[in-house]
Amino acid sequence: MKIMNCPLNGPRNISEFAYGGEVKPTPDAQAPTQEWADYVYYHANQPGILREWWLHVPTSYWFIAERDVTTDRIIATFKPEEVLR
Amino acid sequence: MPLVLIKHALGLSRPKRQLPAQKELKSSYDVVIVGGGGHGLAAAYYLAKDWGVTNVAVLEKSWLGGGNTARNTAIVRSNYITPEGVRFYKESMGLFETLSQDLDFNVMYTKRGHLTLAHTDAAMRTMRWRAEVNKHLGVQSEVVDDKDVARIEPALNMSRAVRWPILGALHHPVGATARHDAVAWGYAQRAAEMGVEIHQGTEVTGFELSGGKIVSVQTTRGKVGCGKVLQAVAGMSSKVAGMAGVTLPIRTIPLQACVSQPLKPFLDTIIVSGSLHCYIWQSQRGECVMGGAVDPYPLQAPRSTLDFKEGLMAHMLELIPGLADVPLMRQWAGLADMTPDFSPVMGKTSLENHYIDAGWGTWGFKATPVCGKRMAECVATEKVPDILSAFRFDRFKNFEQVGEAGAASVGS
Ligand SMILES: Cc1cc2nc3c(=O)[nH]c(=O)nc-3n(C[C@H](O)[C@H](O)[C@H](O)COP(=O)(O)OP(=O)(O)OC[C@H]3O[C@@H](n4cnc5c(N)ncnc54)[C@H](O)[C@@H]3O)c2cc1C
Repeated sequence: MKIMNCPLNGPRNISEFAYGGEVKPTPDAQAPTQEWADYVYYHANQPGILREWWLHVPTSYWFIAERDVTTDRIIATFKPEEVLR
Repeated sequence: MPLVLIKHALGLSRPKRQLPAQKELKSSYDVVIVGGGGHGLAAAYYLAKDWGVTNVAVLEKSWLGGGNTARNTAIVRSNYITPEGVRFYKESMGLFETLSQDLDFNVMYTKRGHLTLAHTDAAMRTMRWRAEVNKHLGVQSEVVDDKDVARIEPALNMSRAVRWPILGALHHPVGATARHDAVAWGYAQRAAEMGVEIHQGTEVTGFELSGGKIVSVQTTRGKVGCGKVLQAVAGMSSKVAGMAGVTLPIRTIPLQACVSQPLKPFLDTIIVSGSLHCYIWQSQRGECVMGGAVDPYPLQAPRSTLDFKEGLMAHMLELIPGLADVPLMRQWAGLADMTPDFSPVMGKTSLENHYIDAGWGTWGFKATPVCGKRMAECVATEKVPDILSAFRFDRFKNFEQVGEAGAASVGS
Protein backbone atom coordinates (compact mmCIF):
# COMPACT_ATOMS: atom_id res chain seq x y z
CA MET A 1 0.00 0.00 0.00
CA LYS A 2 1.36 3.40 -0.96
CA ILE A 3 1.34 6.03 1.77
CA MET A 4 1.30 9.81 1.45
CA ASN A 5 2.00 12.12 4.33
CA CYS A 6 -0.83 14.67 4.55
CA PRO A 7 0.37 17.88 6.26
CA LEU A 8 -2.96 18.03 8.12
CA ASN A 9 -3.83 14.36 8.78
CA GLY A 10 -0.49 12.57 8.80
CA PRO A 11 0.36 9.39 6.82
CA ARG A 12 -2.67 8.08 4.90
CA ASN A 13 -3.31 5.55 2.12
CA ILE A 14 -2.75 7.07 -1.36
CA SER A 15 -6.32 6.10 -2.33
CA GLU A 16 -7.57 8.87 0.00
CA PHE A 17 -5.92 11.53 -2.17
CA ALA A 18 -6.78 13.14 -5.50
CA TYR A 19 -4.29 14.70 -7.89
CA GLY A 20 -4.77 18.40 -8.65
CA GLY A 21 -2.14 19.32 -11.25
CA GLU A 22 1.31 20.94 -11.42
CA VAL A 23 1.89 24.00 -9.22
CA LYS A 24 2.30 27.00 -11.52
CA PRO A 25 1.55 30.71 -11.25
CA THR A 26 -2.19 31.43 -11.53
CA PRO A 27 -3.07 34.13 -14.08
CA ASP A 28 -4.68 37.30 -12.86
CA ALA A 29 -8.50 37.10 -12.74
CA GLN A 30 -8.63 39.80 -15.45
CA ALA A 31 -6.00 38.10 -17.68
CA PRO A 32 -6.96 37.41 -21.32
CA THR A 33 -8.85 34.16 -21.97
CA GLN A 34 -5.86 32.83 -23.87
CA GLU A 35 -3.71 32.98 -20.75
CA TRP A 36 -6.36 31.11 -18.76
CA ALA A 37 -6.63 28.47 -21.49
CA ASP A 38 -2.87 27.94 -21.31
CA TYR A 39 -3.05 27.65 -17.54
CA VAL A 40 -5.92 25.18 -17.55
CA TYR A 41 -5.06 22.93 -20.52
CA TYR A 42 -1.35 23.07 -21.37
CA HIS A 43 1.16 21.33 -19.11
CA ALA A 44 4.93 20.91 -19.18
CA ASN A 45 4.38 17.19 -18.39
CA GLN A 46 8.11 16.44 -18.24
CA PRO A 47 9.97 13.80 -16.23
CA GLY A 48 11.72 14.96 -13.05
CA ILE A 49 10.88 16.25 -9.58
CA LEU A 50 7.74 18.36 -9.56
CA ARG A 51 5.57 20.28 -7.12
CA GLU A 52 1.91 19.32 -7.44
CA TRP A 53 -1.43 20.11 -5.86
CA TRP A 54 -3.03 17.21 -4.00
CA LEU A 55 -6.33 16.94 -2.15
CA HIS A 56 -7.01 14.80 0.91
CA VAL A 57 -10.53 13.89 -0.14
CA PRO A 58 -12.15 12.91 3.20
CA THR A 59 -11.17 16.25 4.79
CA SER A 60 -11.20 18.41 1.61
CA TYR A 61 -7.71 19.64 2.47
CA TRP A 62 -5.54 20.96 -0.41
CA PHE A 63 -1.76 20.87 -0.05
CA ILE A 64 1.43 20.68 -2.12
CA ALA A 65 3.59 17.58 -2.63
CA GLU A 66 7.03 17.27 -4.15
CA ARG A 67 7.15 14.08 -6.20
CA ASP A 68 9.54 12.39 -8.60
CA VAL A 69 7.13 11.80 -11.48
CA THR A 70 9.31 9.11 -13.04
CA THR A 71 9.77 6.88 -9.98
CA ASP A 72 6.59 7.96 -8.13
CA ARG A 73 8.63 8.68 -4.97
CA ILE A 74 6.95 11.28 -2.77
CA ILE A 75 9.77 13.45 -1.44
CA ALA A 76 8.00 15.95 0.79
CA THR A 77 4.58 17.47 1.44
CA PHE A 78 3.84 21.04 2.48
CA LYS A 79 0.99 23.17 3.70
CA PRO A 80 0.26 25.61 0.86
CA GLU A 81 1.14 28.60 3.04
CA GLU A 82 4.68 27.19 3.50
CA VAL A 83 5.25 27.30 -0.27
CA LEU A 84 3.11 30.15 -1.59
CA ARG A 85 3.85 33.32 0.31
CA MET B 1 19.31 -38.34 -37.62
CA PRO B 2 16.37 -38.09 -40.07
CA LEU B 3 17.41 -36.63 -43.41
CA VAL B 4 14.76 -33.89 -43.25
CA LEU B 5 16.30 -32.48 -40.05
CA ILE B 6 19.78 -32.47 -41.55
CA LYS B 7 18.47 -30.58 -44.56
CA HIS B 8 17.03 -27.89 -42.31
CA ALA B 9 20.10 -27.81 -40.09
CA LEU B 10 22.23 -27.02 -43.14
CA GLY B 11 20.12 -23.93 -43.65
CA LEU B 12 18.71 -24.89 -47.00
CA SER B 13 15.27 -23.60 -46.11
CA ARG B 14 15.75 -20.79 -43.58
CA PRO B 15 12.99 -18.20 -43.43
CA LYS B 16 13.98 -14.87 -45.00
CA ARG B 17 14.80 -11.86 -42.81
CA GLN B 18 11.66 -9.80 -42.34
CA LEU B 19 13.44 -6.45 -42.30
CA PRO B 20 16.64 -5.53 -44.11
CA ALA B 21 19.74 -5.29 -41.90
CA GLN B 22 20.01 -1.88 -40.23
CA LYS B 23 22.36 0.55 -42.01
CA GLU B 24 24.26 3.63 -40.83
CA LEU B 25 22.09 6.74 -40.59
CA LYS B 26 22.24 8.95 -43.69
CA SER B 27 23.16 12.61 -43.27
CA SER B 28 19.59 13.70 -43.99
CA TYR B 29 16.09 12.53 -44.91
CA ASP B 30 13.06 14.21 -46.44
CA VAL B 31 10.96 13.01 -43.51
CA VAL B 32 12.13 11.84 -40.09
CA ILE B 33 9.49 9.95 -38.11
CA VAL B 34 10.13 9.81 -34.37
CA GLY B 35 8.64 6.64 -32.84
CA GLY B 36 8.44 3.15 -34.33
CA GLY B 37 5.08 2.19 -32.89
CA GLY B 38 2.10 1.30 -35.06
CA HIS B 39 1.34 4.97 -35.80
CA GLY B 40 4.86 5.93 -36.93
CA LEU B 41 5.26 2.79 -39.04
CA ALA B 42 1.83 3.19 -40.64
CA ALA B 43 2.64 6.81 -41.55
CA ALA B 44 5.93 5.63 -43.13
CA TYR B 45 4.05 3.00 -45.15
CA TYR B 46 1.41 5.40 -46.50
CA LEU B 47 4.01 8.12 -47.22
CA ALA B 48 5.76 5.64 -49.50
CA LYS B 49 2.68 3.95 -50.93
CA ASP B 50 0.25 6.85 -51.39
CA TRP B 51 2.68 9.71 -51.99
CA GLY B 52 5.89 8.13 -53.29
CA VAL B 53 7.90 9.70 -50.45
CA THR B 54 10.54 7.09 -49.62
CA ASN B 55 13.53 9.07 -48.36
CA VAL B 56 12.13 8.48 -44.88
CA ALA B 57 13.68 7.29 -41.61
CA VAL B 58 11.70 5.89 -38.70
CA LEU B 59 13.73 6.37 -35.48
CA GLU B 60 12.76 4.09 -32.61
CA LYS B 61 14.54 4.24 -29.27
CA SER B 62 13.93 0.60 -28.37
CA TRP B 63 12.40 -2.02 -30.66
CA LEU B 64 9.52 -1.95 -33.13
CA GLY B 65 6.15 -1.77 -31.47
CA GLY B 66 7.75 -2.04 -28.02
CA GLY B 67 5.74 0.91 -26.69
CA ASN B 68 2.00 0.96 -26.30
CA THR B 69 1.47 -0.83 -29.60
CA ALA B 70 2.35 -4.19 -28.05
CA ARG B 71 0.84 -3.37 -24.66
CA ASN B 72 -2.69 -2.51 -25.63
CA THR B 73 -5.69 -4.76 -25.40
CA ALA B 74 -6.28 -4.58 -29.15
CA ILE B 75 -9.94 -3.50 -29.22
CA VAL B 76 -11.14 -1.88 -32.45
CA ARG B 77 -14.52 -0.10 -32.62
CA SER B 78 -16.10 3.08 -33.96
CA ASN B 79 -19.19 3.63 -31.76
CA TYR B 80 -17.95 6.89 -30.25
CA ILE B 81 -20.15 9.88 -29.43
CA THR B 82 -18.81 12.95 -31.27
CA PRO B 83 -19.43 13.11 -35.04
CA GLU B 84 -15.75 14.04 -35.55
CA GLY B 85 -14.63 10.96 -33.63
CA VAL B 86 -17.13 8.54 -35.17
CA ARG B 87 -16.21 9.59 -38.73
CA PHE B 88 -12.52 9.16 -37.97
CA TYR B 89 -12.71 5.74 -36.27
CA LYS B 90 -15.11 4.51 -38.95
CA GLU B 91 -12.50 5.24 -41.61
CA SER B 92 -9.97 3.33 -39.52
CA MET B 93 -12.21 0.26 -39.29
CA GLY B 94 -12.67 0.39 -43.05
CA LEU B 95 -8.90 0.20 -43.47
CA PHE B 96 -8.65 -2.61 -40.89
CA GLU B 97 -11.20 -4.67 -42.87
CA THR B 98 -8.74 -5.23 -45.72
CA LEU B 99 -5.45 -4.67 -43.91
CA SER B 100 -4.32 -8.31 -43.95
CA GLN B 101 -4.81 -8.45 -47.73
CA ASP B 102 -3.32 -4.99 -48.36
CA LEU B 103 -0.19 -5.80 -46.37
CA ASP B 104 -0.14 -9.49 -47.25
CA PHE B 105 0.43 -9.97 -43.54
CA ASN B 106 -2.13 -11.57 -41.26
CA VAL B 107 -3.18 -9.04 -38.62
CA MET B 108 -5.88 -11.43 -37.36
CA TYR B 109 -8.65 -8.87 -37.58
CA THR B 110 -11.55 -10.63 -35.86
CA LYS B 111 -15.09 -9.31 -35.50
CA ARG B 112 -16.47 -10.37 -32.15
CA GLY B 113 -19.24 -7.89 -31.43
CA HIS B 114 -18.94 -5.31 -28.65
CA LEU B 115 -21.33 -4.56 -25.77
CA THR B 116 -21.04 -1.38 -23.71
CA LEU B 117 -23.12 -2.18 -20.64
CA ALA B 118 -25.46 0.32 -19.01
CA HIS B 119 -26.25 -0.01 -15.31
CA THR B 120 -28.29 3.15 -14.77
CA ASP B 121 -31.07 5.06 -16.57
CA ALA B 122 -28.60 7.87 -17.21
CA ALA B 123 -26.22 5.44 -18.91
CA MET B 124 -29.11 4.08 -21.04
CA ARG B 125 -29.83 7.64 -22.19
CA THR B 126 -26.18 8.14 -23.19
CA MET B 127 -26.28 4.85 -25.12
CA ARG B 128 -29.32 6.06 -27.06
CA TRP B 129 -27.51 9.27 -27.89
CA ARG B 130 -24.45 7.35 -29.06
CA ALA B 131 -26.56 4.95 -31.13
CA GLU B 132 -28.25 7.87 -32.91
CA VAL B 133 -24.96 9.61 -33.73
CA ASN B 134 -23.48 6.28 -34.86
CA LYS B 135 -26.39 5.31 -37.10
CA HIS B 136 -26.54 8.78 -38.61
CA LEU B 137 -22.92 8.34 -39.70
CA GLY B 138 -23.44 4.81 -40.97
CA VAL B 139 -21.95 2.86 -38.07
CA GLN B 140 -23.75 -0.30 -36.93
CA SER B 141 -24.82 0.46 -33.38
CA GLU B 142 -27.99 -0.22 -31.45
CA VAL B 143 -29.38 -0.02 -27.93
CA VAL B 144 -30.45 -3.43 -26.64
CA ASP B 145 -32.32 -4.36 -23.45
CA ASP B 146 -31.28 -6.82 -20.76
CA LYS B 147 -32.93 -9.81 -22.45
CA ASP B 148 -30.96 -9.16 -25.62
CA VAL B 149 -27.76 -8.73 -23.64
CA ALA B 150 -28.34 -12.16 -22.05
CA ARG B 151 -28.93 -13.67 -25.49
CA ILE B 152 -25.90 -12.03 -27.13
CA GLU B 153 -23.52 -12.92 -24.30
CA PRO B 154 -24.78 -15.78 -22.08
CA ALA B 155 -21.63 -15.64 -19.92
CA LEU B 156 -22.76 -12.41 -18.23
CA ASN B 157 -24.34 -12.35 -14.79
CA MET B 158 -27.80 -10.84 -15.37
CA SER B 159 -28.89 -11.06 -11.72
CA ARG B 160 -30.60 -7.98 -10.29
CA ALA B 161 -29.15 -8.83 -6.87
CA VAL B 162 -25.87 -7.00 -7.46
CA ARG B 163 -24.76 -3.43 -6.78
CA TRP B 164 -24.97 -2.47 -10.49
CA PRO B 165 -27.40 -4.76 -12.39
CA ILE B 166 -27.17 -4.77 -16.21
CA LEU B 167 -30.14 -2.82 -17.62
CA GLY B 168 -29.12 -2.92 -21.27
CA ALA B 169 -26.24 -2.08 -23.56
CA LEU B 170 -25.00 -0.38 -26.68
CA HIS B 171 -24.45 -3.21 -29.15
CA HIS B 172 -21.81 -2.72 -31.84
CA PRO B 173 -21.86 -5.94 -33.88
CA VAL B 174 -18.72 -5.02 -35.85
CA GLY B 175 -16.55 -4.43 -32.74
CA ALA B 176 -13.31 -6.32 -33.32
CA THR B 177 -9.80 -7.15 -32.18
CA ALA B 178 -6.57 -7.37 -34.16
CA ARG B 179 -3.13 -8.76 -33.45
CA HIS B 180 -1.38 -5.55 -32.37
CA ASP B 181 2.26 -6.43 -33.03
CA ALA B 182 1.33 -7.88 -36.42
CA VAL B 183 -0.05 -4.46 -37.35
CA ALA B 184 3.30 -2.85 -36.52
CA TRP B 185 5.31 -5.58 -38.25
CA GLY B 186 3.14 -5.64 -41.35
CA TYR B 187 3.48 -1.90 -41.87
CA ALA B 188 7.22 -2.02 -41.09
CA GLN B 189 7.95 -4.79 -43.54
CA ARG B 190 6.03 -3.27 -46.45
CA ALA B 191 7.42 0.22 -45.77
CA ALA B 192 10.96 -1.15 -45.72
CA GLU B 193 10.35 -2.90 -49.05
CA MET B 194 9.50 0.48 -50.58
CA GLY B 195 12.76 2.00 -49.32
CA VAL B 196 11.86 3.45 -45.91
CA GLU B 197 14.72 3.03 -43.40
CA ILE B 198 13.79 1.73 -39.98
CA HIS B 199 16.34 2.39 -37.25
CA GLN B 200 15.78 0.61 -33.95
CA GLY B 201 17.86 1.40 -30.87
CA THR B 202 17.99 5.04 -32.01
CA GLU B 203 16.65 7.57 -29.52
CA VAL B 204 15.88 11.16 -30.46
CA THR B 205 17.49 13.41 -27.85
CA GLY B 206 16.95 16.89 -29.29
CA PHE B 207 16.04 19.11 -32.23
CA GLU B 208 18.06 21.91 -33.73
CA LEU B 209 15.78 24.83 -34.57
CA SER B 210 16.37 27.70 -36.94
CA GLY B 211 13.87 30.28 -38.20
CA GLY B 212 10.79 28.49 -36.84
CA LYS B 213 11.82 25.16 -38.40
CA ILE B 214 13.49 21.98 -37.23
CA VAL B 215 16.70 21.69 -39.27
CA SER B 216 18.20 18.60 -37.71
CA VAL B 217 17.43 15.83 -35.29
CA GLN B 218 19.92 14.75 -32.62
CA THR B 219 19.96 11.06 -31.85
CA THR B 220 22.01 8.63 -29.78
CA ARG B 221 23.62 7.60 -33.10
CA GLY B 222 24.47 11.09 -34.31
CA LYS B 223 22.77 14.00 -36.00
CA VAL B 224 20.53 13.81 -39.08
CA GLY B 225 19.16 16.62 -41.23
CA CYS B 226 15.44 16.63 -41.93
CA GLY B 227 12.98 18.17 -44.34
CA LYS B 228 10.04 17.47 -42.08
CA VAL B 229 9.57 15.79 -38.69
CA LEU B 230 6.58 13.70 -37.66
CA GLN B 231 6.43 12.68 -34.03
CA ALA B 232 4.30 9.68 -33.02
CA VAL B 233 5.56 8.76 -29.57
CA ALA B 234 2.33 8.39 -27.53
CA GLY B 235 3.25 8.53 -23.80
CA MET B 236 6.48 10.43 -24.58
CA SER B 237 4.70 13.13 -26.62
CA SER B 238 5.30 16.03 -24.22
CA LYS B 239 8.94 15.08 -23.77
CA VAL B 240 9.66 14.97 -27.51
CA ALA B 241 7.56 18.07 -28.31
CA GLY B 242 9.33 19.83 -25.43
CA MET B 243 12.64 19.31 -27.28
CA ALA B 244 11.17 21.50 -30.03
CA GLY B 245 9.85 24.03 -27.50
CA VAL B 246 6.21 23.00 -28.07
CA THR B 247 3.93 22.57 -25.04
CA LEU B 248 1.01 20.16 -25.40
CA PRO B 249 -2.43 19.82 -23.79
CA ILE B 250 -1.39 16.39 -22.51
CA ARG B 251 -0.77 14.57 -19.25
CA THR B 252 1.02 11.22 -19.18
CA ILE B 253 -0.79 8.64 -17.06
CA PRO B 254 -0.12 4.88 -16.80
CA LEU B 255 -2.74 2.48 -18.09
CA GLN B 256 -2.68 -1.13 -16.90
CA ALA B 257 -4.01 -4.43 -18.17
CA CYS B 258 -3.76 -8.13 -17.37
CA VAL B 259 -4.60 -11.60 -18.72
CA SER B 260 -5.89 -14.74 -17.05
CA GLN B 261 -4.66 -18.25 -17.64
CA PRO B 262 -6.09 -19.82 -20.81
CA LEU B 263 -9.64 -21.15 -20.50
CA LYS B 264 -11.84 -23.04 -22.94
CA PRO B 265 -13.72 -20.57 -25.17
CA PHE B 266 -16.70 -19.24 -23.17
CA LEU B 267 -16.87 -15.54 -24.04
CA ASP B 268 -17.68 -14.46 -27.61
CA THR B 269 -18.18 -10.74 -27.21
CA ILE B 270 -16.04 -7.82 -26.07
CA ILE B 271 -17.67 -6.59 -22.84
CA VAL B 272 -17.14 -3.05 -21.55
CA SER B 273 -18.69 -1.41 -18.53
CA GLY B 274 -18.14 2.31 -18.25
CA SER B 275 -19.71 2.64 -14.81
CA LEU B 276 -17.70 -0.27 -13.41
CA HIS B 277 -14.50 0.85 -15.16
CA CYS B 278 -13.66 -2.54 -16.59
CA TYR B 279 -13.59 -4.50 -19.83
CA ILE B 280 -12.91 -8.08 -20.89
CA TRP B 281 -12.62 -10.28 -23.98
CA GLN B 282 -11.25 -13.76 -24.57
CA SER B 283 -8.28 -14.12 -26.90
CA GLN B 284 -7.71 -16.83 -29.50
CA ARG B 285 -5.39 -18.47 -26.95
CA GLY B 286 -8.24 -18.58 -24.43
CA GLU B 287 -6.81 -15.95 -22.11
CA CYS B 288 -9.20 -13.35 -20.72
CA VAL B 289 -7.77 -9.94 -21.60
CA MET B 290 -8.86 -7.41 -18.97
CA GLY B 291 -8.35 -3.74 -18.26
CA GLY B 292 -9.94 -0.64 -16.81
CA ALA B 293 -9.49 3.10 -16.47
CA VAL B 294 -6.14 4.91 -16.31
CA ASP B 295 -4.29 5.18 -13.00
CA PRO B 296 -5.54 7.84 -10.60
CA TYR B 297 -2.61 10.23 -11.20
CA PRO B 298 0.13 11.02 -13.76
CA LEU B 299 3.47 9.25 -13.94
CA GLN B 300 6.18 9.24 -16.64
CA ALA B 301 7.08 5.54 -16.38
CA PRO B 302 4.80 2.51 -16.57
CA ARG B 303 4.42 0.20 -13.58
CA SER B 304 1.94 -2.37 -12.35
CA THR B 305 0.08 -2.05 -9.05
CA LEU B 306 -1.91 -4.27 -6.74
CA ASP B 307 -4.54 -1.52 -6.39
CA PHE B 308 -5.33 -1.84 -10.11
CA LYS B 309 -5.91 -5.59 -9.88
CA GLU B 310 -8.02 -5.35 -6.75
CA GLY B 311 -10.18 -2.55 -8.12
CA LEU B 312 -10.65 -4.28 -11.45
CA MET B 313 -11.56 -7.67 -10.04
CA ALA B 314 -14.03 -6.28 -7.52
CA HIS B 315 -16.15 -5.18 -10.47
CA MET B 316 -15.29 -7.95 -12.91
CA LEU B 317 -16.61 -10.58 -10.49
CA GLU B 318 -20.02 -8.90 -10.53
CA LEU B 319 -20.14 -9.31 -14.30
CA ILE B 320 -18.66 -12.84 -14.51
CA PRO B 321 -18.59 -14.45 -11.04
CA GLY B 322 -16.97 -17.64 -12.38
CA LEU B 323 -13.70 -15.77 -12.85
CA ALA B 324 -13.15 -15.86 -9.08
CA ASP B 325 -11.32 -19.20 -9.39
CA VAL B 326 -9.18 -18.26 -12.39
CA PRO B 327 -5.51 -17.30 -11.81
CA LEU B 328 -4.03 -14.22 -13.46
CA MET B 329 -1.02 -14.93 -15.69
CA ARG B 330 0.46 -11.53 -16.50
CA GLN B 331 0.00 -7.89 -15.60
CA TRP B 332 1.61 -4.91 -17.34
CA ALA B 333 1.29 -1.20 -18.03
CA GLY B 334 1.81 1.35 -20.77
CA LEU B 335 1.83 5.15 -20.87
CA ALA B 336 -1.29 6.97 -22.00
CA ASP B 337 -0.97 10.51 -23.36
CA MET B 338 -4.26 11.92 -22.07
CA THR B 339 -5.90 15.07 -23.44
CA PRO B 340 -8.53 17.07 -21.51
CA ASP B 341 -11.30 16.15 -24.01
CA PHE B 342 -10.35 12.50 -24.72
CA SER B 343 -9.71 13.29 -28.39
CA PRO B 344 -6.33 13.15 -30.13
CA VAL B 345 -3.99 15.99 -31.08
CA MET B 346 -3.06 15.78 -34.77
CA GLY B 347 -1.71 17.87 -37.60
CA LYS B 348 0.82 20.70 -37.61
CA THR B 349 2.31 22.46 -34.61
CA SER B 350 3.46 26.06 -34.35
CA LEU B 351 6.72 25.12 -36.12
CA GLU B 352 6.70 25.13 -39.91
CA ASN B 353 7.83 21.53 -40.52
CA HIS B 354 6.83 19.79 -37.28
CA TYR B 355 3.89 17.39 -37.47
CA ILE B 356 2.28 15.71 -34.51
CA ASP B 357 0.24 12.57 -33.94
CA ALA B 358 -0.42 12.42 -30.19
CA GLY B 359 -3.03 12.47 -27.46
CA TRP B 360 -3.86 8.86 -28.15
CA GLY B 361 -4.40 8.04 -24.50
CA THR B 362 -6.16 4.76 -24.03
CA TRP B 363 -7.79 4.57 -27.45
CA GLY B 364 -5.14 4.84 -30.16
CA PHE B 365 -4.59 1.29 -31.38
CA LYS B 366 -7.85 1.22 -33.31
CA ALA B 367 -6.80 4.44 -35.05
CA THR B 368 -3.44 3.13 -36.28
CA PRO B 369 -4.36 2.77 -40.00
CA VAL B 370 -6.30 6.03 -40.32
CA CYS B 371 -3.65 8.00 -38.43
CA GLY B 372 -0.94 6.59 -40.65
CA LYS B 373 -2.87 7.33 -43.82
CA ARG B 374 -4.07 10.82 -42.91
CA MET B 375 -0.84 11.98 -41.24
CA ALA B 376 1.05 10.82 -44.34
CA GLU B 377 -1.33 12.95 -46.42
CA CYS B 378 -0.82 15.90 -44.07
CA VAL B 379 2.98 15.62 -44.22
CA ALA B 380 3.12 15.04 -47.99
CA THR B 381 0.69 17.81 -48.99
CA GLU B 382 1.49 20.18 -46.09
CA LYS B 383 -2.29 20.64 -45.75
CA VAL B 384 -4.36 19.37 -42.83
CA PRO B 385 -7.02 16.96 -44.21
CA ASP B 386 -10.59 17.88 -43.22
CA ILE B 387 -11.01 14.73 -41.18
CA LEU B 388 -8.13 15.85 -38.90
CA SER B 389 -8.92 19.54 -38.56
CA ALA B 390 -11.12 19.20 -35.45
CA PHE B 391 -8.16 17.62 -33.62
CA ARG B 392 -5.71 20.53 -34.14
CA PHE B 393 -3.24 20.96 -31.32
CA ASP B 394 -4.16 24.55 -30.43
CA ARG B 395 -7.94 23.95 -30.18
CA PHE B 396 -7.89 24.41 -26.41
CA LYS B 397 -6.54 27.94 -26.76
CA ASN B 398 -10.03 28.89 -27.94
CA PHE B 399 -11.88 26.38 -25.76
CA GLU B 400 -12.86 24.31 -28.84
CA GLN B 401 -12.81 20.87 -27.26
CA VAL B 402 -14.09 17.72 -28.98
CA GLY B 403 -15.59 16.16 -25.84
CA GLU B 404 -15.31 12.43 -26.51
CA ALA B 405 -17.42 10.90 -23.73
CA GLY B 406 -17.48 7.69 -25.76
CA ALA B 407 -13.83 7.19 -24.81
CA ALA B 408 -13.96 8.65 -21.34
CA SER B 409 -15.70 5.89 -19.48
CA VAL B 410 -13.15 3.15 -19.42
CA GLY B 411 -10.86 4.13 -22.17
CA SER B 412 -10.53 1.37 -24.69
C1 LIG C 1 -2.81 -1.29 -21.30
C2 LIG C 1 -3.26 -0.56 -22.53
C3 LIG C 1 -4.42 -0.96 -23.20
C4 LIG C 1 -4.85 -0.31 -24.35
N1 LIG C 1 -5.95 -0.79 -25.00
C5 LIG C 1 -6.34 -0.22 -26.17
C6 LIG C 1 -7.42 -0.80 -26.90
O1 LIG C 1 -8.00 -1.83 -26.50
N2 LIG C 1 -7.80 -0.20 -28.06
C7 LIG C 1 -7.17 0.92 -28.54
O2 LIG C 1 -7.57 1.42 -29.57
N3 LIG C 1 -6.11 1.46 -27.86
C8 LIG C 1 -5.68 0.92 -26.70
N4 LIG C 1 -4.61 1.46 -26.01
C9 LIG C 1 -3.96 2.68 -26.53
C10 LIG C 1 -2.94 2.35 -27.61
O3 LIG C 1 -2.07 1.32 -27.18
C11 LIG C 1 -2.08 3.55 -27.98
O4 LIG C 1 -2.86 4.71 -28.12
C12 LIG C 1 -1.35 3.30 -29.30
O5 LIG C 1 -0.64 2.09 -29.23
C13 LIG C 1 -0.41 4.42 -29.64
O6 LIG C 1 0.39 4.00 -30.73
P1 LIG C 1 1.68 4.77 -31.11
O7 LIG C 1 2.28 4.07 -32.27
O8 LIG C 1 1.35 6.21 -31.27
O9 LIG C 1 2.59 4.69 -29.80
P2 LIG C 1 3.60 3.59 -29.26
O10 LIG C 1 3.26 2.23 -29.68
O11 LIG C 1 3.78 3.85 -27.81
O12 LIG C 1 4.93 3.98 -30.05
C14 LIG C 1 5.71 5.09 -29.72
C15 LIG C 1 7.15 4.66 -29.87
O13 LIG C 1 7.99 5.80 -29.75
C16 LIG C 1 9.18 5.41 -29.13
N5 LIG C 1 9.83 6.60 -28.59
C17 LIG C 1 9.48 7.34 -27.50
N6 LIG C 1 10.33 8.36 -27.30
C18 LIG C 1 11.25 8.28 -28.31
C19 LIG C 1 12.40 9.05 -28.65
N7 LIG C 1 12.78 10.11 -27.92
N8 LIG C 1 13.12 8.68 -29.73
C20 LIG C 1 12.77 7.59 -30.49
N9 LIG C 1 11.68 6.82 -30.19
C21 LIG C 1 10.94 7.16 -29.12
C22 LIG C 1 8.75 4.39 -28.09
O14 LIG C 1 9.80 3.52 -27.74
C23 LIG C 1 7.60 3.68 -28.80
O15 LIG C 1 8.00 2.48 -29.42
C24 LIG C 1 -4.15 0.83 -24.84
C25 LIG C 1 -2.99 1.25 -24.18
C26 LIG C 1 -2.52 0.56 -23.04
C27 LIG C 1 -1.27 1.04 -22.37
